[in-house]
Amino acid sequence: MERLIEILQELHDDVDFYAEQGLVDDGVLDSLDIVAIVTEIDSEFGVRIPPEEIVPENFNSAEALWALISRLDEV
Amino acid sequence: MLFTSYEFLAFLAVVFLLYYILPKKLQWVTLLVASYAFYALAGVEYLAFIAVTTVSSFIATILMGRVSARENSYLEQNRAGLSKDEIKAYREKAKGRRFLILCLALLLNFGILAVLKYTAFAVVNINSWLHTFGAEGQLTVPSLILPLGISFYTFQTMGYLIDAYRGKAEIERNPFKLALFVSFFPQLIQGPISRFKDLGAQLTSPHAFERRNFTYGLQRILWGYFKKLVVADRVLVAINTMIDAPESYGGFYVFLLIILYSVQIYADFTGGIDITIGIAEALGIRLTENFNRPFSSRSTKEYWNRWHITMGSWFTDYIFYPLSVCRPMAKLTKGCRKIFGKNIGKRIPVYLATVITWFLTGLWHGAGWNFIVWGLLNCLIILVSRELEPLYAKFEKKFPRLHASYAYGVFMSVRTFLLMGLIRSLDCYRDVPLTFRMWGSMFTQFNIFEALGGGIEALGLGLADYIIIALGCVVMLAVSKAGKEISVRERLYDRPVLSWLCFGALFVAIILFGAYSVGYDASQFIYNQF
Repeated sequence: MERLIEILQELHDDVDFYAEQGLVDDGVLDSLDIVAIVTEIDSEFGVRIPPEEIVPENFNSAEALWALISRLDEV
Repeated sequence: MLFTSYEFLAFLAVVFLLYYILPKKLQWVTLLVASYAFYALAGVEYLAFIAVTTVSSFIATILMGRVSARENSYLEQNRAGLSKDEIKAYREKAKGRRFLILCLALLLNFGILAVLKYTAFAVVNINSWLHTFGAEGQLTVPSLILPLGISFYTFQTMGYLIDAYRGKAEIERNPFKLALFVSFFPQLIQGPISRFKDLGAQLTSPHAFERRNFTYGLQRILWGYFKKLVVADRVLVAINTMIDAPESYGGFYVFLLIILYSVQIYADFTGGIDITIGIAEALGIRLTENFNRPFSSRSTKEYWNRWHITMGSWFTDYIFYPLSVCRPMAKLTKGCRKIFGKNIGKRIPVYLATVITWFLTGLWHGAGWNFIVWGLLNCLIILVSRELEPLYAKFEKKFPRLHASYAYGVFMSVRTFLLMGLIRSLDCYRDVPLTFRMWGSMFTQFNIFEALGGGIEALGLGLADYIIIALGCVVMLAVSKAGKEISVRERLYDRPVLSWLCFGALFVAIILFGAYSVGYDASQFIYNQF
C-alpha cells in the first residue's frame, strides 16, 4: 500500500491519497493519470489491470485500487 | 424527416398518444415500430444496414452468452478435480472464444461503417498520390449511400457488444428489444451515445403517464427548438456567406466566423440534444446528458469532459483504455523505459495511445483531412497542457490570489472558448491549407473598422438579426448559469404562472423569430451528417 501511495503521489504530490475518496468522481485523476497508474502497477507489482476493470469505483481511492490489485493478484 | 419539420411534430404527437393509450406491455413495441417508421421515412434502403447491425450483434452476444454458460457449467461440475492453473487455463480458453466472436462482430460492423463512410475519401487520396507519382490511371471514386446516423448507432451497438463481452451488460435475449435499443428514434441520428446498462431496461419497461415528466419533456423540446430555430439557423446565414467566399472574408471576419460558428454549433447541437432528451423524458425515459456547460471550461481537458460527453467517454472506455493497457503497449512501455529512462519512457506509450484515439475521434466526425487535423490539434493542445502542468502549478503557488480570482477564471474560460473555436473553424472551411491561410489573415489583414462600417451587414443578416442573436446568447447564458445546480424547469415547476409566462414567451419567440420557423426544414442539424 505504501508503494502504491508513492506511485500516486508521483503524479499529484498535493493530494492526500489516504483520505481522498473521489479521485475520479472529483476529477483529481484523469484518463492519462489512470493509464500512468496502470502502467506503474504492472511494472512495480507485476499485476496487469485489464480495461474492463478501469472503472471509477476501482480508482476513486487508494484503498479501492489496492483492493483491485490484491484481487487481481490472487487470480 | 427532420426534427424541425411539421411532419415530425405530427409523428411525435401520434407516438405520444399511442404510447400512453395502448396497454403498457405494448409501449416498447410502439417505440420500435415508431423508430423503424422514422428510419424508413429517411430512406427505406437504410433499413438493411441497421438490421444487419442489430442481427449480427444479437447473434454475437447470444453466442458469447452460450460460451460463458458452458464455461460456468463445466467449472461447476469439475472444479473439485481441477488445479488452480487448469481452471485459469480453461477460463482463458473460453475468454479466447468469446473474444473471437466479439472480433468478428466488430469487424463486420466497423467494416460496414468504414466502407460506406471512408471509401470515397480513401480513393480520392490514392488518386492524389498516383497523380503525384506520375501514374496515368485514376481509380473511379465510388458513390456509396451513407445511412442516416450510422456512426451513432454503430458506436452505441458496438459499445453494447464490448460490454457484453466484458460482462458489464446483461445479454438481451429478445432480438426485437435489442432492435429498439439500436434504433430508438429520438437519439438515432445525433446521439447521445447511450450505454445498454443505462438505457436497455428503461426502453422496454412500462411507464405510467406522469404529468411532471411529460411537462419537463415538452419544455425541454421547446427550449431545443428555440436554440435551433431562433439562434442556430439565423447565425448560419452569415457563416455560409463567409465560407462560400473565403477570399473576400479574411482578417477580422475569420475572428467573427470563429465566434459565430461557436454560437451556431452550440445552439444547434445542444438544441438537438435538448429535443432528443425532451422527447425521451416525455416518454418517461431518462437519457444520459451530453453537455455540461461546455463554454465555461477553463481548459481543453475540461472542455472535453463537458462537450459531447457520451462520445468522449465512448472513445475513452472502448479505444483509449484498451489501447493503452494492451500487451503490445505494455511491452513498448518497458522497451521505452530501458531506452529513454523512466520519466520519458513511461510517457511515450500513453501519448501514442492518445494520438491514435484523437486521430480516430477526428475520423469519426467525417471523412476528411480537416476532421483528422482537428482531432490531432485537440490532442496536441491536451498533451502540451499536460507537459506544462508543473509550470501552471508554480504560477498558482506564486500568485495564489490572482489564480483564485473570478477575473482569472473568466480569462481562462474565454481563452479555452477561443482556442476551441479556432480549431473548430477547420469544420467550416473543410480545407486544411485554406483554414491555415485564413488563420494567418487574422494577423495580416485584421481590420475591424471595415466590418463595422457596413461589412457585417453584407453577410446576409440585418441589425435586427444581430440583436436577436445577441439576446438569444444572453438567454442561453442566463439559463445555463441559473441551471448550474437545479434546472430552470425544476425552479419553475411550483410556480405555474411564471412557468407559463416563460415557456409561453419561448413559444412566441420561436414563432416570431425562428429563422424560418418550424416546418420550413431550414437546415439539417450539424451532427446529423456525422
